Amino acid sequence: MDIIRVENVSKGYPNHPVLQNLSLTLKKGECFTLLGPSGCGKTVLLRLLAGFESADAGKIFIGDTLVNDPEARIAVPPENRGLGVVFQDYAVWPHMTVFENVAYPLKIADRPKDEINERVMRMIDIVGMKGLDKRLPSELSGGQQQRVALARALVVDPALLLLDEPLSNLDANLREEMRFEIKELQRQLGVTVLYVTHDQEIGLAISDRVAIMNAEGAIQQIGTPWEIFEKPVNPFVFNFMGIANFIDVRKENGAFLVGKGSQPIPWETPAGDAADWVAAFRPSDVRISRGGDGLHGVIRRANFLGAMMDYLIEIDGTHLRTSIETHHAIAQDLMFKAGDECSLSFLSLHWFEKESLKGVLEE
Amino acid sequence: MNTKSSFGVAQVILFLSIAILVIVVAFPVLLILFNAFWVEDHFNFSGAIDILKEPETFKALMNSLIIAGMSTIGSTIVGTFFAWLVTRTDMPHKRFMKSMFLVPFMLPSFIGAMAWKILLSPNAGFINRFFMDHLGFDGPIFNLYSYYGISAVEVMYLFPFVFIQVCGALERMDPTLEESARISGAGLFTITRKITIPLVLPSILSGALLIMLYSMAHFGTVAVLGIENGIYNIPVLIYERIHQSGGSFESIRTGTVLATVLVISAACIIWAQRKILGSGHYQIIGGKSFRPMELKLRGLKYPLMFFCFAYIAFTIVLPTVVIFLVGGLSTYGLSFTPENLSLDNFKFILFEYDVTRDAIFNSVTLGLTAAIITMFAGVMISYVIVKMDVKGKGILEFLGMLPFSVPGSVIALGVILAWSGQFGINLYNTVWIILVAYIARYMAFSLKANSAALEQVHDSLVEASRACGATMWQSLKDIVLPLVKPGMFAAFFLIFLPSLRELTVSIMLYAPTTRTIGVAIYTLNEDGETVISCALAAIALIIIIVGQTVINHFTKKESE
Repeated sequence: MDIIRVENVSKGYPNHPVLQNLSLTLKKGECFTLLGPSGCGKTVLLRLLAGFESADAGKIFIGDTLVNDPEARIAVPPENRGLGVVFQDYAVWPHMTVFENVAYPLKIADRPKDEINERVMRMIDIVGMKGLDKRLPSELSGGQQQRVALARALVVDPALLLLDEPLSNLDANLREEMRFEIKELQRQLGVTVLYVTHDQEIGLAISDRVAIMNAEGAIQQIGTPWEIFEKPVNPFVFNFMGIANFIDVRKENGAFLVGKGSQPIPWETPAGDAADWVAAFRPSDVRISRGGDGLHGVIRRANFLGAMMDYLIEIDGTHLRTSIETHHAIAQDLMFKAGDECSLSFLSLHWFEKESLKGVLEE
Repeated sequence: MNTKSSFGVAQVILFLSIAILVIVVAFPVLLILFNAFWVEDHFNFSGAIDILKEPETFKALMNSLIIAGMSTIGSTIVGTFFAWLVTRTDMPHKRFMKSMFLVPFMLPSFIGAMAWKILLSPNAGFINRFFMDHLGFDGPIFNLYSYYGISAVEVMYLFPFVFIQVCGALERMDPTLEESARISGAGLFTITRKITIPLVLPSILSGALLIMLYSMAHFGTVAVLGIENGIYNIPVLIYERIHQSGGSFESIRTGTVLATVLVISAACIIWAQRKILGSGHYQIIGGKSFRPMELKLRGLKYPLMFFCFAYIAFTIVLPTVVIFLVGGLSTYGLSFTPENLSLDNFKFILFEYDVTRDAIFNSVTLGLTAAIITMFAGVMISYVIVKMDVKGKGILEFLGMLPFSVPGSVIALGVILAWSGQFGINLYNTVWIILVAYIARYMAFSLKANSAALEQVHDSLVEASRACGATMWQSLKDIVLPLVKPGMFAAFFLIFLPSLRELTVSIMLYAPTTRTIGVAIYTLNEDGETVISCALAAIALIIIIVGQTVINHFTKKESE
């Protein structure tokens, strides 16, 4: 069953369109991540869903209820949508204790005192804040405030939880810890989660499905993390899902030649008539050797980074970067110096016509 | 489901806010402009110019400029110098001095003027008499009733405006800016000239413009000290015209033309100040607190310290003590010996004399009422300006600037025009007209304090409560109001305390039964009741100082 249905929604500000004709559905109980570069409009979409803003055109359904339809002049205010929202800046009320913060939604809903007490304490326990219920937010760390915000959003058992970059103000270790806790909470409580972020690592780690948005606010691909990672539909998605390397390839007389030279690509090549191509790969898909099979290249720069060796390699006028673990390099005699010759092979190549890369590579 | 509730609420709040500002501020000011230029059913600009060319009005204009100019220059020099001394040198007792230099902020300058009159009036002032009687001087050593005298007294009470701004700038200035100049080989003099002064110049200028604004529209000091030698400025002339003529058409016309001049100059000053503060220069000064580089004064350390102490003793302690002592005398002119001093005057004022008892009652109730109304209105208006996104907000933003640029005597004249019956409501000669004027006069304070507090309340706090199921009203009540409470308290006291000593507005609006403390002190002094007026002034000072101490204590607790 769909819990959210967004149909052809557009939203813009004067001289600045943000979302155009966007459609999206979320299934009940899934953890869905909206992933895109900053400024792409993903937060605007979340604010439309929460009801803080109203769309210019299109329809939004939550459950079976039409909550936003500018044509029919319907805009259900946020307080009547029954959602939980967690903000990037926590938005924990500084004048209330942890208990009061978490109890507020229940108080607004006029629940009896005993029930409030019981549910709040249970929720505080679930988010791991036991014993801190009388603290004020100023006495809490950033991570603890984020837990309070989560507890507050979840205490009324909402069917849908919206998270807007909830971890981006936390330090790296805490971020890693919290993302698993959010996933665990979601599993435990069965709540549907819409998670908005620009951090693909979090997106891949916790989601059932991911949607990738480009800088213009258009959804590029929706799929499981695995599908997105392995079968990116276009260079934007590929590039966004991790540091990618691109080498120029040209097609001459049916052969695919690297750079300006005459070495043909010995692996699978695409069908297509375009003259200029780009072969994309992840640094982890490169195998480097001394005089083995594959393309011949020259090391242009070798950097010792401690655990890793980082190489800049030229193949007939086109450059690529790769790195291998230092101990592996020593064991396999792969400690190159600038000017050394080497051989390269690729475990997997993604082919794109060069034309389609415009606007992607510059970023 | 109620789908459009928030829309309706926003419109209601916006409408109310605009209505308040229009009725209280914009309408009276518009009436002044209308009366100044609209004569016998047609627009008459040259008539207004003719009025300004009359010898009396022209002189008031020139005097306002001269006194404001001299006070501004003097205050800027004094304020900047002391600010530099207490922030950037190793002078001993800097903290104590810094707090003492802020004291004139809370002292009413017309009471100061009275004290200086007692000390330095050409023939009877204690200091002048002392020099003539005991040191063989032929005449007074200093004539207080001159441009210099008036400006000097103004400087004593206005310099904190520059002092506080410059102190702030010097304290917040990133010391690495100066240190890097030092490393580049610049000497201290070069650093001060090329780095420090350009960086604090916006603060100095902005403080100086504030002083200009206050001084041009200042009634008290000039009224008290200028009368003997016929020195009067614009507010004094407006007051005299309105008061003596009983509201004849000609006098009102003159008043409105003069008031227009004040409004225009105030608007220019505010515009210039915004321009200066808005320019990029100011950005170099961060919000962070640094430990600034301190200049070693060496041999000058103690002489400068004694100079500061002498300044504090002479300009702050001495006048205050004189007010209290004279307030204790049974007859003015007696010497300050124990048998001549008693608490009888104070008893008389507080328990027996109707005029002063009424005045204290009026001021306290007016101050409380005005503070409460203005506090709530200010919260609402600031909320729309800072937080809400509704159509028509631009009008409100413009109206919200008005209270900052309308001087007291203009407001007083405006409310006379608006509320004397021409428009169906006659509040003239009642306390209500003073109340309306106080609300207009202090709205700026409330807007400032409340919008500062509201800017601290991040939008997501309200959105979070909406998402929790709270309506717009519930969010305002549960989240916004508790969080802006400190700002509201600040606004309350920023209005209540100054209103207790208000003179410029009240003097134009009072009736025999609606005197305020300020009016009573001023009129008693004019009538020659020096000891009674000093005693009342002393009581006012006690209330103000106690009130200020309570606020300081309160705000310190709040920030901890």
